Amino acid sequence: MTTLTTLDATAGRVIALFERLPALVGGNADLLRRGRFLTTDFAIVVGATPLLVRVDGGRVTSITRGPFLLRPWAFSITAEPETWLKLLKRVPDPGTHDLMALSKVGLARIEGNLQPFMANLQVIKDIVTAPRALT
Amino acid sequence: MKATFEPIVGRYAHLTLSGRPHRLYIEEAGSGIPLVCLHTAGADGRQFRHVLNDPAITRDYRVIVFDMPWHGKSLPPVGFETEEYNLTTANYTQMVLDVCDALELQRPVVMGCSIGGRLVLNLAAEHPERFRALIGLESAAHQQPWYDTEWLNRPDVHGGEVCAALVSGMMAPQSPAESRHETLWMYKCGGPGIFKGDLYFYRVDGDLREKIARIDTKRCPLYMLTGEYDFSCTPDDTKRTAAQIKGAEVTIMKELGHFPMSENPAQFRRYIMPVLEKIKAGK
Repeated sequence: MTTLTTLDATAGRVIALFERLPALVGGNADLLRRGRFLTTDFAIVVGATPLLVRVDGGRVTSITRGPFLLRPWAFSITAEPETWLKLLKRVPDPGTHDLMALSKVGLARIEGNLQPFMANLQVIKDIVTAPRALT
Repeated sequence: MKATFEPIVGRYAHLTLSGRPHRLYIEEAGSGIPLVCLHTAGADGRQFRHVLNDPAITRDYRVIVFDMPWHGKSLPPVGFETEEYNLTTANYTQMVLDVCDALELQRPVVMGCSIGGRLVLNLAAEHPERFRALIGLESAAHQQPWYDTEWLNRPDVHGGEVCAALVSGMMAPQSPAESRHETLWMYKCGGPGIFKGDLYFYRVDGDLREKIARIDTKRCPLYMLTGEYDFSCTPDDTKRTAAQIKGAEVTIMKELGHFPMSENPAQFRRYIMPVLEKIKAGK
């Protein structure tokens, strides 16, 4: 039970960080400029909890916490809460410092329609790691 | 404001590589032991501008940096428009030998990064007598791929943007923003399909695991330096390779990633200067 409580606390912390994305991204003029071509729905999955991230012209307009019933999204990025926390460290450690580094070793899964993901890769990586400013 | 000039001299050389005429852009600075620098896949010789501009290096070394054909200011050869560019072990190796011959370099040192770091292992295995020493930056005989290179050249994804975005995470977060973005700029400038074509050597044709056992560091010293934040050629990849090469010297560089010479020149200098001193001293 102790482990379960710890995991829940970590997941809760990560989810709280991602729920700040609309303000974090909205306050970053450079990221908004670079992301202006990106309009998509994607999911950040924290352990078993999906967060639906709605992006409109580079602006994160909403974060909705799952579970969902047959809700569609273009692509999803899934990792355990502890992994997300490592990625979101202000100065991350070698090996957990980049989404693709996590994907390479199986700590993150990137699935779905990968065309918008790859076509906007830097912007999406910057959106996902925007909570570093809070850690 | 009056202009100031760097000591680098850039010229266009006409030479043949694997028997084919090329117009190659070459920069150099300094005098002494020839030090030929090989840039990473999908980039160009600008990555070494800080090495070329370092008086502590150019005092003893003639630093020579060329843009590979299809890269930087070197043009593709005549007829390129009907070919798919794929770098192979054979033509990359021959390219370096041909450049060294064309410039009449006597037993140069070759320092290559990434694909260049892979190539120096092949030079060490096949042509040790030609070189005074070899330096592999982010170097390994093989490493696990981590994305499908088809993404690098297709009409619905901007090639320059995706190339830069993929490699951006291979740099250390401590590296200065100015240097990281300059490094990424070179990726954004690459020709269509060229990064992908370079990775043909890395992914398809250049697995050197069977070959490295024959490397004899008594014939040619081999230095391998890898940044701790490089998740493409990881420190473990380098150590695994070096474990099969008696006498190979490994250094894992703190707060550096896959592009040490360009992402954080000051930090790289701390690691490369002792190596260059050793080579100069003939150790």
